[in-house]
Amino acid sequence: MSPASVFVCLSLTLLSDYPVIRVKPDHSGVVTDGVKHSMNPFCEIAVEEAVKLKEKKFIKEVVAVSCGPTQVTETIRTALAMGCDRGIHVEVSGKDYEAMGPLQIAKIFAALAKKEEASLVILGKQAIDDDCNQTGQMTAALLDWPQGTFASEVTIDGEKVKVVREIDGGLETIKISMPAVLTADLRLNTPRYATLPNIMKAKKKKIANMKPADLGVDMVSRVEVLRVDEPPTRLAGVKVETVDDLVAKLKANGTI
Amino acid sequence: MLQRWLSFWKFLPSPQRNSGALSGTIGFLANSLTLIHLPGPNPLIAQFGWVDSSRKTLGLCVSGCRSLSSLAELPEMHQMMRQTCRDYADRELGPIAGKLDKEHLFPAQQVRELGAMGVMAVEVPEALGGAGMDYLAYSLAVEEISRGCGSTGCVVSVNNSLYIGPILKFGTQKQKEQWITPFTTGEKVGCFALSEPGNGSDAGAASTLARQEGEEWVLNGTKAWITNSWDASATVIFATTDKSLKHKGISAFLVPMPHPGLSLGKKEDKLGIRATSTANLILEDCKIPLGNMLGSRGSGFKIAMQTLDSGRIGIASQALGIAQAALDCAADYAHKRTAFGAPIGKLQAVQFKLADMAVAVESARLLTWKAAMLKDAKKPFTKEAAMAKLAASEAATFCGHQSIQVLGGMGYVTDMPAERHYRDARITEIYEGTSEIQRLVIAGQLLKEYAS
Repeated sequence: MSPASVFVCLSLTLLSDYPVIRVKPDHSGVVTDGVKHSMNPFCEIAVEEAVKLKEKKFIKEVVAVSCGPTQVTETIRTALAMGCDRGIHVEVSGKDYEAMGPLQIAKIFAALAKKEEASLVILGKQAIDDDCNQTGQMTAALLDWPQGTFASEVTIDGEKVKVVREIDGGLETIKISMPAVLTADLRLNTPRYATLPNIMKAKKKKIANMKPADLGVDMVSRVEVLRVDEPPTRLAGVKVETVDDLVAKLKANGTI
Repeated sequence: MLQRWLSFWKFLPSPQRNSGALSGTIGFLANSLTLIHLPGPNPLIAQFGWVDSSRKTLGLCVSGCRSLSSLAELPEMHQMMRQTCRDYADRELGPIAGKLDKEHLFPAQQVRELGAMGVMAVEVPEALGGAGMDYLAYSLAVEEISRGCGSTGCVVSVNNSLYIGPILKFGTQKQKEQWITPFTTGEKVGCFALSEPGNGSDAGAASTLARQEGEEWVLNGTKAWITNSWDASATVIFATTDKSLKHKGISAFLVPMPHPGLSLGKKEDKLGIRATSTANLILEDCKIPLGNMLGSRGSGFKIAMQTLDSGRIGIASQALGIAQAALDCAADYAHKRTAFGAPIGKLQAVQFKLADMAVAVESARLLTWKAAMLKDAKKPFTKEAAMAKLAASEAATFCGHQSIQVLGGMGYVTDMPAERHYRDARITEIYEGTSEIQRLVIAGQLLKEYAS
């Protein structure tokens, strides 16, 4: 039985090379108004992998999913232009969006994956704005599905998926059965540029709209952000002449 | 004022759209004010006292487009396409543009990638292998590509507007399949041979001759300043078939390259757009089948002029891209460079320059978009295209010049791209109709409007 549909779950993030990200004056978070947003780079890699699997005829349908305010539909359209078949936009806005964290997102993705009977859920390994690296793992746990995280190579072998994972010690190869959750790492592939004809076709593809309540997910956050601060400004260093001086200085300021 | 406009639109019967082919553009226009051609007397015309019928359409175009000037954003599809081209330009062209310029390298790999994206044949219908988009999309694509690399933008523009353009408009179905489809993928590019050593602006004085010998045309003569010549696989070439008819005796031909009887002169050593090849095309008893004539005999001048009309929007877009790149470079530098204890962006002298550059670019951009939208709406666009090319090319040279000034000494060296933008910008005031010719075209069109 070849897998029917694959869900690619996308995240909309602050653009990483935007020169100035500022902390809000009340230290409750980071200023997001007027800052350019785009698809998370790891999610681009996830979309590319899903589209590649479809081109190799391992899967029939790729669905792009994302949670957030209306801005998020642009991200879904980009995924459609890269080759996904349809999109689902789970609308979360305002206070709910600010409080939304990996657990809430994972609950939504899990509920959707179950509802749509997905065989594979592919995500980027982490979002570059919060670097949580939790959503994929939580989704797998909620669904009680096997997970192949930090994937640098994915091969579908009948009913199983062979995943080569990038771990601290090197590369680990695992075989997991489907349905499964995968998270994409940097070296999995190089995302394609959407072609102009595909951008035209993306306009006609459907993006379904729903709310977390429709999926029976409660968006209440169990995490309260107490304070957000900028990293301390880097202080000038001190040059020393000899190793003895270095040891003396380190002893003096209590480091050793 | 706007309220009165809106109430009139509601009053009128459903707009007669001249073209059914448009998707995003007309829909987008409908959101502001629909451009419609109203036949006969109507309340609007009476209200504003326009009497001349050509001015009716033009007046509506102007007023309809006045609201376009307040457009907040482009249609979604165009935004996506623009972003895609921008990403490509930033990631793939920006890093190598300096090298391409220094070493005079044709960006073959990038042209193939752009072909795969559909950028080498934006307006060509999908059935023939193109992207099937409108001219506004093409203009945006060329602008973004040129922002990354002016030479690559030139290659894209010449292939789309000057080579594919006339074949798409005047070719037979067989000619389109033979001469357009292989040129949509980026594997092959085409060129356009109109200018000669003896005439540039004076296009009607073509001295390249074509005589019929049995089932063939035999071409003799020399063409000068042909962009893409050394990298092209085909050319649209203009030759005189009937000298007595003067400019009505010029015809257009399709010639594959290489071809016996067609040779290339030496590559010109240019000031800018150095990654493109520019050379003479020398025809010595170059024989081509009769079926290689494009359009009808004697229509060559008309084909050339109409092609250049559209090509102007492409070159305007290229100039915009170069101007924008120059502005980006200067504005970025103004933040970083400190003098007199603060970033130089704090100094009014620098601020005024940046403001002037931004106004020049943005106004030229709106003119270019308007010309493209008029073309897409199948409305007359000759005057607007000439205005766009004039404004954009002068904006490009202005921004290139001021960008070097803002960068000071750094602007003069090859470490920063400012000097390359300055050099790349210069040609945009010359090719596809010099700024002087553009002024003549604009004045001609303008005076026609006021003729009683």
